[in-house]
Amino acid sequence: MAILSARSLSVHFDTPRGTLQAVNDVDLDVEAGETVGLVGESGCGKSTLGKALMRLAPATEGRIFVNGRDITRLGKGAIDAIRSEVQMIFQDPYGSLNPRHSVGKIIGQPLSVAGWKRADIKARVAELAAKVGLPEAALDRFPHEFSGGQRQRIGIARALALNPKVVICDEPVSALDVSVRAQVINLMKDLQAQTGVSFLFISHDLSVVEHICDRLLVMYLGRVVESGRAEDIWRRPAHPYTAALLAAAPVANPRLARTRAHKTLQGELPSPLSPPQGCAFHTRCPLAQPRCAAERPLLRGLAGQGAAPRQVACHFDLVDHQRTPDVTATGTAYVSA
Amino acid sequence: MSLTTSSLTTSPLATSPSTTSPAAPAPAPLVTPVVLAGRRRSPVLDFCRRFARNPAALVGLVLVLALVAVALAAPYYYPRDPLRIVGRPELWPFTNPRFPLGTDSLGRDIAAVVAHGARTTLMIGLFASLTATLIGVGVGATAAYFGGWVDEVLMRVTELFQTVPNIIFILTVVAVLGQSIGNITIAVGVVTWTPIARMTRAEFLALRDREFVQACRAMGMGDVRIMLGEILPNALPPVIVLSSLVVASAVLFESAVSFLGLGDPNVASWGGLIGQGRTLIRSSWYICAVPGVAIMLTVLALNLVGDGLNDALNPKLRDR
Amino acid sequence: MALIDAPPLTPLPPAPALLSVSDLEVTLFTRAGQLKAVDRLSLEVAAGETLAIVGESGCGKSISALALMRLLPEPPAKITGGSVRLAGRDLTRLSEGEMQRVRGKDLAMIFQDPMSALNPVLTVGRQIVEVIARHDPASHRAMQARALELMRKVRIPDAERRFNDYPHQLSGGMNQRIVIAMAIACQPKVLVADEPTTALDVTIQAQILDLMKELQAETGMGLIIITHDLGVVAETADRVLVMYAGRKVEDGTVDAVFDRPLHPYTRGLMGATPSATLQPHGRLAEIPGSVPALADLPAGCAFNNRCPIAFARCFAERPGLTMPAPARSVACFAVEQEGVRHGDPVGA
Repeated sequence: MAILSARSLSVHFDTPRGTLQAVNDVDLDVEAGETVGLVGESGCGKSTLGKALMRLAPATEGRIFVNGRDITRLGKGAIDAIRSEVQMIFQDPYGSLNPRHSVGKIIGQPLSVAGWKRADIKARVAELAAKVGLPEAALDRFPHEFSGGQRQRIGIARALALNPKVVICDEPVSALDVSVRAQVINLMKDLQAQTGVSFLFISHDLSVVEHICDRLLVMYLGRVVESGRAEDIWRRPAHPYTAALLAAAPVANPRLARTRAHKTLQGELPSPLSPPQGCAFHTRCPLAQPRCAAERPLLRGLAGQGAAPRQVACHFDLVDHQRTPDVTATGTAYVSA
Repeated sequence: MSLTTSSLTTSPLATSPSTTSPAAPAPAPLVTPVVLAGRRRSPVLDFCRRFARNPAALVGLVLVLALVAVALAAPYYYPRDPLRIVGRPELWPFTNPRFPLGTDSLGRDIAAVVAHGARTTLMIGLFASLTATLIGVGVGATAAYFGGWVDEVLMRVTELFQTVPNIIFILTVVAVLGQSIGNITIAVGVVTWTPIARMTRAEFLALRDREFVQACRAMGMGDVRIMLGEILPNALPPVIVLSSLVVASAVLFESAVSFLGLGDPNVASWGGLIGQGRTLIRSSWYICAVPGVAIMLTVLALNLVGDGLNDALNPKLRDR
Repeated sequence: MALIDAPPLTPLPPAPALLSVSDLEVTLFTRAGQLKAVDRLSLEVAAGETLAIVGESGCGKSISALALMRLLPEPPAKITGGSVRLAGRDLTRLSEGEMQRVRGKDLAMIFQDPMSALNPVLTVGRQIVEVIARHDPASHRAMQARALELMRKVRIPDAERRFNDYPHQLSGGMNQRIVIAMAIACQPKVLVADEPTTALDVTIQAQILDLMKELQAETGMGLIIITHDLGVVAETADRVLVMYAGRKVEDGTVDAVFDRPLHPYTRGLMGATPSATLQPHGRLAEIPGSVPALADLPAGCAFNNRCPIAFARCFAERPGLTMPAPARSVACFAVEQEGVRHGDPVGA
């Protein structure tokens, strides 16, 4: 059973300029111990989806399940009881810590809200600090005395305080420097190996997502356009948008960057206040046909993908359009360009 | 078309066997420990250091402390009622060593009135400021945190209070409830809370959607605890500055009320002294001037301290 | 080839440098004392060439850019040494008035956040016209026509209609195009772009980078791209300069540096970048610790407290730049002593 799931989840906001369909009809499952990536560009609804799963944004339609229990309509008291199961790490390591509290107090906050005793909190905080590599002396200090990466460790320690089953990570490393980013990613992977926690990893950075995630969901204008194993998607994107995202991501290899065909996606993200009819991507899609403007493609399973479930919302089979990539089945031998 | 080429990402550097070999199944957790840089800095000490860098604020602070000292020492030096007639009326300052600041039109010791007046002034200033801050922070915080119609209603009420001319409101309250020092204090507090409410609301609005507040919501913290324990400490610095300025305006309001003859007749106050000296301003102007200078210095000192607080509490100016 | 006499950093084939910076030094005057934000930085950019300056936050790359433009916030920052020569003229010696004529005309800059680089109360068309009016005044009609032409050049769809839009009516990508249009309005010799795509989405980033490359090919301007993203470096640059703690630690052609990063910091950066690694789920190479603050740089080599191969000498002296190969320089004692085997795997 999935630890965290959503069924046909939609989040709509009423704005003075009309209804903003931030998230539309999203299905999602996070299993125990896995990392699910949620990728897309700004405005695709990935952050709102993360907040809706935490009940920080109201779900307009659909259901959210934690451990099989429907939490969509739970009241304040009941929802607080499941807070220990689902926690969150935020993007901004500067903004997500209260500058007026000591680090020890910040890490211990979920425990004190959950009603732990003072002595127990102290012991657990010390344990958490050691886990994320913060020295004991750090607990008396204030957030402004730490660098970005160190602050993100504090945020991680806070999220893990109550031993949650799932942590929703909203762009946890986007604000960090490259060298520090690697530290935080490695730390998250180590903690996952130790505690078996699941991550829902929200990010716009494909290289990070590819590196850390087992499965991926690609979102465009509030809808999931493709989902499946990260490796499969990375190697053979089935949706033209995914393919375009991969092609646009800069590659840290000058020779490869020079030789690979550059297909830059034209145009910009349409306003989510008035999404295009039919397939939301048809206005920018290099493969768009008249049918795409008329009819919205539903998420459908992809044939021939073996055991790994793979879904795509496109009328056409992009994979069949492509020449077979020079990739061996084992996936270890990437061919250099 | 080769939309998948990026999947072939590789680096020619990474062809060496050490990186192509599969990763060990479960790498031993290897947390890079954080090395703390610099010495631990106490926020209180930091604040004091920044405040002390501002000479004007220090002058203000010295003046305020002197005022407090005078107020505390008044019953010791002038143990009897300061409103008692002790000598010949209209004695000029420095003419009689018994009355260093002279006597007023009724023959009361101006020095005693000023010393005891300092007590009144401080009490009114502090309590009026406290009242204003409590109302203002309560209204502003509630309005911003809950938003919607709560915000709408509370802000309209705030505007209502802002549109009534302050001095007329105070005079009305005093006229209706009676000329007591308590009523004046409350009336001053009730007219001066509006800027504090607006400031608090603006601060809360900016802080309400910050990620640390969301983090508290995500852990199931209650609204009151979020407001008081999380947001308020961050919103307080500018509010404290405003409150210190409210003390100054309370001093002025009290003087104005007393000057107009509506002050508490049983309490020695600076405004009351000016009010009595007003009729003699052509001949014995010192009766007005002595308490006038006291008021001026007090208000100036409070403003200097307020400015100093503003600089010391404003993190943007830190360590420049 | 007369490589011996050629300036050390020119690429092959050698081209005359348009912009040459030598021993630039920027000092921050703070309460904590005088801090060297940029320490003896030298670089050259030839016409049509792209130089990427790469480093993490606080390494001095943005301050260097502002120093080139003479836009440093003074106080606390001040150029305290070195020269910036643009087509033979030393910009550090110009008066502010003369510099204003250079800025925007010969030397232009693009900032990270297009929204804050544009005036929110003026239409985008008017803002382009203003740049033209300052450096190359003509009749209002002619300047408007040129502004429109520039907007088309930076691929703003529906330029006529967009001309009268305000910045908030346009997306981040469109605003960055406007900023680029303003920057290239007077055909600058060198364009300095400080993190031009960091605030943008990947697909928009690719568009903007393509656009900048195209404009460069068309006008032959020199381009300095300042970035923290090795991907952007690989995609755009001819040469790369790595900065750490205010100093250049390595430079060379992109191919040379990416093939064989010499400085342990460069190697660490590459190992820490996910897309440069092979194993999708393997461990990223970490650089331990974090970038030190300028106020507490370690003695000796500034990288010694994070360096995997630091030895006694690194803690005693600061390494100077050496040239292990033509058009290549690095500041590391280990490289000097051939302690690093060329071709060692990244991040090992």
